[in-house]
Amino acid sequence: MTTVAVKPATMAQALTRALRDAMAADPSVHVMGEDVGTLGGVFRVTDGLAKEFGEDRCTDTPLAEAGILGTAVGMAMYGLRPVVEMQFDAFAYPAFEQLISHVARMRNRTRGRMPLPITIRVPYGGGIGGVEHHSDSSEAYYMATPGLHVVTPATVADAYGLLRASIASDDPVVFLEPKRLYWSKDSWNPEDPQTVEPIGRAVVRRSGRSATLITYGPSVPVCLEAAEAAREEGWDLEVVDLRSLVPFDDDTVTASVRRTGRAVVVHESGGFGGPGGEIAARITERCFHHLEAPVLRVAGFDIPYPPPMVERHHLPGVDRILDAVGRLQWEAES
Amino acid sequence: MTVMEQRGAYRPSPPPAWQPRMDPAPLLPDAEPYRVLGTEAAAKADPDLLRRLYAELVRGRRYNVQATALTKQGRLAVYPSSTGQEACEVAAALALQERDWLFPSYRDTLAAVARGVDPVEALTLLRGDWHTGYDPHEHRVAPLCTPLATQLPHAVGLAHAARLKGDDVVALALVGDGGTSEGDFHEALNFAAVWQAPVVFLVQNNGFAISVPLAKQTAAPSLAHKAVGYGMPGRLVDGNDAAAVHEVLADAVRQARAGGGPTLIEAITYRIDAHTNADDATRYRGDSEVETWRGHDPIALLEHELTERGLLDDAGKQAARDAAEAMAADLRERMNQDPALDPMDLFDHVYAEPTPQLREQRAQLQAELHAESEGSHR
Ligand SMILES: Cc1ncc(C[n+]2csc(CCOP(=O)(O)OP(=O)(O)O)c2C)c(N)n1
Repeated sequence: MTTVAVKPATMAQALTRALRDAMAADPSVHVMGEDVGTLGGVFRVTDGLAKEFGEDRCTDTPLAEAGILGTAVGMAMYGLRPVVEMQFDAFAYPAFEQLISHVARMRNRTRGRMPLPITIRVPYGGGIGGVEHHSDSSEAYYMATPGLHVVTPATVADAYGLLRASIASDDPVVFLEPKRLYWSKDSWNPEDPQTVEPIGRAVVRRSGRSATLITYGPSVPVCLEAAEAAREEGWDLEVVDLRSLVPFDDDTVTASVRRTGRAVVVHESGGFGGPGGEIAARITERCFHHLEAPVLRVAGFDIPYPPPMVERHHLPGVDRILDAVGRLQWEAES
Repeated sequence: MTVMEQRGAYRPSPPPAWQPRMDPAPLLPDAEPYRVLGTEAAAKADPDLLRRLYAELVRGRRYNVQATALTKQGRLAVYPSSTGQEACEVAAALALQERDWLFPSYRDTLAAVARGVDPVEALTLLRGDWHTGYDPHEHRVAPLCTPLATQLPHAVGLAHAARLKGDDVVALALVGDGGTSEGDFHEALNFAAVWQAPVVFLVQNNGFAISVPLAKQTAAPSLAHKAVGYGMPGRLVDGNDAAAVHEVLADAVRQARAGGGPTLIEAITYRIDAHTNADDATRYRGDSEVETWRGHDPIALLEHELTERGLLDDAGKQAARDAAEAMAADLRERMNQDPALDPMDLFDHVYAEPTPQLREQRAQLQAELHAESEGSHR
């Protein structure tokens, strides 16, 4: 038996590899966006693709997000599989009309006769010291739109597997890339990436008995760190990485919370009207009799994303998570 | 110390000579809209084509009248009539080959029907059952588009994709004068020109965007002038002259198919009816304006030309009217049947595979419907 060296790789490398493998496997896969060609994208995720597959398959478009997504719709109508890159989270907003009015509902509008297999890659979230409009967490907007899948990896292997699955999906997928994890490394075998992770399955990243942290994307490593730190205080925390926000894996979440009886939802985007409200409600509906305490949320503040010098005060960190975990020792007021 | 601070050290050189990318003159539209009917050019028009256009115009007018009547009977929720604009609709459809694609807006039911879409299926959006009643691939007609101008980038993308695949397919996208103010109009034209995509944009300038006249929509000399800034030709045509519209469109389609890139065509026309049956047009325009345009009716113009030249007699006119009447009768009869909708279909086409959440909701509705039917049996 030969053992292949399992080398550390970055999430960005795994994403590039996923794009390359998808393009090699299927000539209908086209990558397009601002600066994705010669430059390889501002995060270099599309590096080398134009060279390898030609500018017709990895295209520098004019600088126009609605135009990028709108033309991708037409390309998908004609049988291509466009993978579009939105340069930064907040710059996807000009494309929202195309996204919401067309991409999300073309299948439904045509009674299944015109599906749109488009993958929309959106680097999202803070923690990289970006200036304004470079750190938004826009997942709640996408989640609120029926017809879109919303996916966000937290590990190198998932970045590869979920991107391959997204490109292969016959439905549009908003693929949220946690910017601050682009350069995070973990052990992954780029010679044999194999895993194509089906969309819609959460995973237990760390098992524990006393409470569940439910999280995704950039907050996964923070929760894992918090879980380690909580051991000192006698807490044995389980960490669930959702990976897919739509569809939502109720089964994994419900099973975990029923086991532990306590839950904290952790994410960067604002709490009010944010994903955590939906998740907490779903848990309450399914686990009410198993809960020892209210489901708590640790989220970003309900403010426009702050300037980088103070962003660490906004982002949910280990202390804020531990504080919430402490509040899980909840006693009903008599 | 910066260069600027080093007095005397920086010797400015004149800027490099300005090189315009191209001479805009050939791209500019003529000052007068192009006309064929009533001019020398009419003699060169193909008689068979003119007769075909005539039959389609008569049928289209009848369709508009019938559909408007159906709104009064409550059979249609809303209908945006294209009476007065039939020449644009028909010429648009007839300028395309079978393999080409049409990207219509909500007012362009006639163009879809002229391309072969079933007249009833073309109305499902406006009737209020399913959003799109027809299979877009069957006649290569995209769904009627309600948000303004958003179909234009789709047309560009499709045409671009076809060209990448080596197919000589052209996409024709229709938009109103109001729609040209939307950002998507700009982005679509720009992409089309940069990619040299085989697309033709046809603006039906019918004078109003609901109530807002063109003068409040744009300060450009004409909408066709907008093309020049993108680097594509702009053409101005009399939108009520079916022969002229067809010729200009056919030229643009031919050019696009041959790799010559996109064209923007502005057809000057007029919306005789109100914006939709729900609109009160007297609030924003006077009768005399409407009457003037009635005097420049697309059907009368073509009929006059054909009669003058001995290409159409009373029997021919009657035959066109009879065919239109038969279509209207069929439309009336089929629209008077209640559409059968299965509520369970609500969950079928949101995703290829329903999410677990949708499966739960489907079961819930099923139970509700079951309880309802049990109740009605009691
Ligand atoms: C994005 C968007 N904004 C507003 C509307 C509402 N609306 C429907 S038709 C219309 C006027 C359109 O005028 P024009 O483009 O000239 O086309 P016409 O109706 O004259 O054919 C408006 C404002 C819409 N459909 N889409």
